[in-house]
Parts: sequence; structure tokens; C-alpha cells
Amino acid sequence: MRLVIRQDYDEVSDWVAHYIKERILQFKPTKDRPFVLGLPSGSSPVGCYQRLAKFCKSGQLSFKHVITFSMDEYVGLPREHSQSYYSFLWKHLYQHLDIPSENINMLDGNAPDLDEECRRYEAKIAQVGGIELFVGGIGPDGHIAFNEPGSSLTSRTRVKTLAYETIIANARFFDGDVSKVPKLALTVGVATVMDAREVCIIIVGAHKSVALAKCVEEGVNHMCTVSAIQLHPKGLIVCDEDTTLELHVKTVKYFKSIEHVHQSLIGKENLSLQGQVISAKGATIGITRPREDQEDPKDTKEDEDHDEDRPSKKKKED
Amino acid sequence: MSEKIYKIVNARLLLNHEIVENEYLWFQHGKIIHPQNLFFDAHRDADEIIDAKGLIVAPGFIDTQINGGYGIDFADNEGSVEKIQQDINTVAKGLLQYGCTAFCPTVVSSAPAVYSKVLPLLNQRKGSVQGGAEILGAHIEGPFISVEKKGAHDQTVFRNAKNGISDFDDAYGPELKKGSKAISIMTVAPEIDGVADCIPDLVKRGITVAMGHTACRIAQAEEAVKQGATSITHLFNAMQAFHHRDPGLVGVLGAADLPIPSSQIGHPASSLTSPSRNKPDPRPFYGIICDGVHVHPNSVRIAYYSHPNGAVLVTDALSAMGLPKGTYTLGGREVEVDESGACYVKGTSTLAGCTVTIDDCVRNFQRFTNCSQVEAIEAATLHPARLLGIEDRKGTLNVNADADFVFLDDSTGELRVKRVFVAGEEIALVNGLV
Repeated sequence: MRLVIRQDYDEVSDWVAHYIKERILQFKPTKDRPFVLGLPSGSSPVGCYQRLAKFCKSGQLSFKHVITFSMDEYVGLPREHSQSYYSFLWKHLYQHLDIPSENINMLDGNAPDLDEECRRYEAKIAQVGGIELFVGGIGPDGHIAFNEPGSSLTSRTRVKTLAYETIIANARFFDGDVSKVPKLALTVGVATVMDAREVCIIIVGAHKSVALAKCVEEGVNHMCTVSAIQLHPKGLIVCDEDTTLELHVKTVKYFKSIEHVHQSLIGKENLSLQGQVISAKGATIGITRPREDQEDPKDTKEDEDHDEDRPSKKKKED
Repeated sequence: MSEKIYKIVNARLLLNHEIVENEYLWFQHGKIIHPQNLFFDAHRDADEIIDAKGLIVAPGFIDTQINGGYGIDFADNEGSVEKIQQDINTVAKGLLQYGCTAFCPTVVSSAPAVYSKVLPLLNQRKGSVQGGAEILGAHIEGPFISVEKKGAHDQTVFRNAKNGISDFDDAYGPELKKGSKAISIMTVAPEIDGVADCIPDLVKRGITVAMGHTACRIAQAEEAVKQGATSITHLFNAMQAFHHRDPGLVGVLGAADLPIPSSQIGHPASSLTSPSRNKPDPRPFYGIICDGVHVHPNSVRIAYYSHPNGAVLVTDALSAMGLPKGTYTLGGREVEVDESGACYVKGTSTLAGCTVTIDDCVRNFQRFTNCSQVEAIEAATLHPARLLGIEDRKGTLNVNADADFVFLDDSTGELRVKRVFVAGEEIALVNGLV
């Protein structure tokens, strides 16, 4: 698992948006081989979406051959309701992109047969060849999508009853009134997310620090469903400094040192976007001595996330 | 109006009382739409993109008091019906040049014969590029008004309502029964015999009752509001001057214990100066002329800060509006228009009316009161729409509103009209008028 730690929400958003952009660009999607992207709702991805919108508007990134699947949707809420995830994704992302509407897949919380709707969704994911990159966030209880504590780690898309903590967390979007929050939702399952070829989870804020610690340092546990990422071959978590507050100092230092090693000792040109070392050339030159032609990563930290043509500076090995 | 879907990009939109970027405005069939369902269900994207190039996009201006323009007077009943119709179209088209996309043609106190001839031609009529700005129904100012405060009206046609509502039907003819379809606003003086008691009947017909050209005292004014009057006509003009012990009609702005309306429709929204913070404001709206001549800028400011959500900008423009400097015969009098656009009875310093345009009013109002751009624009859009109870389709850029907009340039520090759309179509602006 890769754990990328950045200073604050803005830096995290920058990093993830750049990462998604580079992944799509390097994939070179076409009509017959589209890039399939899974997308979350909630406050975590908003900053990332703003930056993706900017990339698209400035012509750096096209979504013409990107197919998207959203993670979840409330049951029984009209689609036009300002709090539905339809509206959320439209407002924050889709209205700014050049994505064709037939490329967008969303769960229908008002379908007459909800189970059939879930099956349809799973079938559609399989039909397009599975998800290349699933982006997500977590709740304070460590749930991914609406897979509340106690959800099976092998679950698929289904109807879920929301946990009380989730309803309280979502009440801020419904005038602070807990009674107005829908109690049921359609959600992709834990296994649906983990079936994706890569999973990237955005975790930001001190209130998520306990969940991050459980996910990274404790075992795979259905009470913290995002911990299933430990079993994924390409799991990636991006978080900010505040979220690391409950991690052991040793853990934080370890993940930060990986980045340091890659930047100063191996060199960005020898690393792929997803962190694999593609050339061992740099690694053989004196491991303790920083490379002469590489700047100290501390000096370039400010440029890192704003420098668009140095994406692999943010890479780490699995 | 076509099936085409339009999308305005690169605009700063006036939405929910603020100017926002990174939002788009979509419209189709002359109405503002929400593209979300269109996009997901019909898989439709915009057919035409309109680049606002960073300008502010706001709802089109609404003028609820305008007597004519371009040499044409709405109360003029000479000439054939066809000529009068043509004249109305000329004014309606001309108003679009200033960003006014909807208006209430105002008819000053006249004899019943005049109303019978003229009112049917001033019924509600949708706006279009060919026909001009939308007509929201007539504003009939008088003849149930005070001789003492007649202004430029002809007092020989003034009357009272001793016989109740039948006096009104008698004065205006059959159009009055059509209610809001024909008449949107009626200005009356509440102290005239029988008038206050008729207000509920007029309100029931869908007519907005406004108080003006009156010598009433504060008690009479408040009683009229309790009966259903929801507007004050050109505040400060043609009414008792404000006196600290008897504030008169102006004093209604300071009323604290008027009954709170049960519905928001037709009433100002609550503000920091309202009697109740959560319920509609029981005080009426007030039209105010911001040409700098009819009302001193300080007075505008005092009125505004005592009741910000009630301000409705009006031009009260006379037939001389839109005409160059010179001498004209208007309403049987000789009047002179000078360089600044001020209009006086020839040879005197008596104001004979206004030649100010609504976009001028917005600029002046913002300067006089030092209010925000949003507040200045809303005084000419949202507030008049609220006054007439048509907020659902005019005065905002909300979904389902009519696609009437103005594109405003604020780079000089003042709001200048650059582009105008009515019912979803753009009007070609004549250079030099904006």
C-alpha cells in the first residue's frame, strides 16, 4: 500500500487531481479502450474535482473517452434534489467537463426494483471491462462508500441501511435536521471497489485520524471496511498531516522516507507513475549520498504539487 | 423561441443574492432551465455556447413606473388604435436598449374615455425582440388622488370613491375587471373618501395597490397598508414631507407594528430592519426615482437603509425620454429637455418629469447609497418582481424564470449594460446608447 502524506487539504487535492490526470493521459484512452474511473461524493473529493474541472477547461485533460461509475446514491431522494449525489456530481464535476452523458453511470435510488438496479450496475461495470481506478473517501468510522461497519468485505452493490453516525455526519447537508436525511442508500460493495485495478482513497482531517490509523496499522476488519485495501495489490491512500495524528511516529516516518529515497536517491526518471522502479541505474550510485544532480526534496516541496510536468516526484514504491 | 439549448459560459452570475463564478446559465424555449436532467436523460448538451467574457449576467431590469418615451405618452388617446399600438411598440423596443426587459406602462389621471381606449392596448404581453420589452400590465396612477399633491396631473378628472368599488369600475371601464391581466398597479391616495375601504376588493382582483399623490397622515397610511396596500409610489414626491411628529406616508418605512403577512408573495423579504427577522416584512415596497433631481441622494440613502428590501427603482420617465436636448410639446404643455436630461415646464424651474433610464437609476442608486452591486441590481430586478408577485418567472436567474438578461460591465466601477436578451433572444444594441 502506498501512503502519500501532504501538508493540507489543498495539497492533497492537488496531488490526487494530478495523479488522475496523469493516469488518464498515460493510459491514452480511446473509444474502444476507455478509461473507467470510479468516483465518490462527499466533501473529501471536492477540491480534487475543482482542479479536474480546471484541467478540462484549460484543455490539458479530456474526458471524452472516460467512463465513470459513482459509488453510491440515496434511496428515495428525487434526482433533482440538491442533496442527491446526481446533483452533487453534476454541480462539482460533470457540468465542467467535456464528458459525454452516455459515459456517466450512476445508481438510480428511485428504481422500482432496487436489487435489479444493483445487479444492472455490477453487470455494466463488467461490461466495460472493470474499473481502472476507483477513487474514494471514507467516513469517520472508516466505511468506504456506504459500506457501514459490519458490512461483508466480499460484498457487492446492494441496498444498505445507514448507520446513525453516518446520518449525523450527513445531516449538515440537510439543514442540520437528522430526520430529513434518507435512511437507505444504494452502494457499491467493498469487493466491488477492491475489484478495481487500482484504488485511491482520499482521507483528510483530524476527525478521520482514528479511521486512518485503524486502516493502516490494525488488521483487516469489517468494522473498518476500508481496511480491505490492505489486500489490494495497488492500494493508495492520500492524506494530510492532521490525519496522521493517530499513527505511530514510526509509520509516518517510514512512508515519508520512501518518498525521500525515491526523489533524492533513485530519481524521478527511473520511477513510473504508479511507483515501480523502471530503471535500477540510479540505485547503484552510493545509497547514502544524495545524487548530485538532484535537488534536496525539502527545497522543492513547494513546487511539487504545482509542477505539472514532474508527476513522478510523488511516487512511492509498493 | 426554438428547441435550441443555450449555455452561457465565462460569466459572473447573480444567483441567490450573490455573484458567483464557475456556474453556467442554461436556457431553452425562452426560459432558464436546469440542465441536469436534460443531460442525464435526453443526453443533450448545449447547442450554442454564449461567451460572456467575464461580464456580470443579471436578470433584465423591470420598470414599474414609466409614462412613455421617444415622444410618446401612454395617456395620449388621440390617433387611431393602430397608431397607439405602434407607439407602444416603439417605446417597448426602445426600452430594451437600456436593459429594461419588462415594464408597467403608466397612465396618469385621465377621463374614463381615455382609459377605455388605451387600457386594452396595455394588457400583459410577452416580450420579444420584434415586439420589445414585456408589458406586465398597466400602472394606473390616479384619478383617485389628492388635489393638494397632484404634481403634473390634471385635477379636473380627479374623483372620490363614495360609492365604493363601482366608482372604480366607472372610472376605468371594463378593463379593471380583468384584474392583473390588464392592470398590474393602481396608485391611490388613501385619505380620499371611500378609497381605503375598496383596497381589499382591488387586491382580490390581483391588482397591486400603491399609495401616492397623497396628503395622508401616518395613521391613514398605516390603515391603508392594513387594508392591503403593498407599495408607495415615487417615495418623497407628491406626498407630505417627512415631519418628525407626523411622518406622513414616508413614515410607513418606520412602522413597527403592522400585521405580519401570512404569505411572502407581494411583500418584501425580511432584513435587519424588519419587525420580524424570519417572517415577510409587513412594510410596503417603495418606488424611488434616482435621477438625483427628484430626490436628494441623501434622502435616497436614508430611505434605503431604513428599509433596504423595499427599494424599487423606477424611472417615472416622461415622453421626452430618449429624445435629444430641445423643446417639445408634451401633454399639452411646452417642456424643455436640457443636456443633463432634466425636463422642465418651458421657462420655469418646475420639474415636468424625468428622462432618466433604468440603467442610469441603477448606477445612481449604487452611488447614492454605497450599496453592493448585488443590492443595486436587485432593486431593479428582484424587488419589482416581488412587488408584482411574479418572482417565480421574473427578476431572478432561477430555473423556470423567463430568459431575460443583461450583461453588465463593471470594469469602470459602474454597471454598464453591454448585452440584452429578452425571452432568450439577443437584441442588437445601438452603439452609443450604452
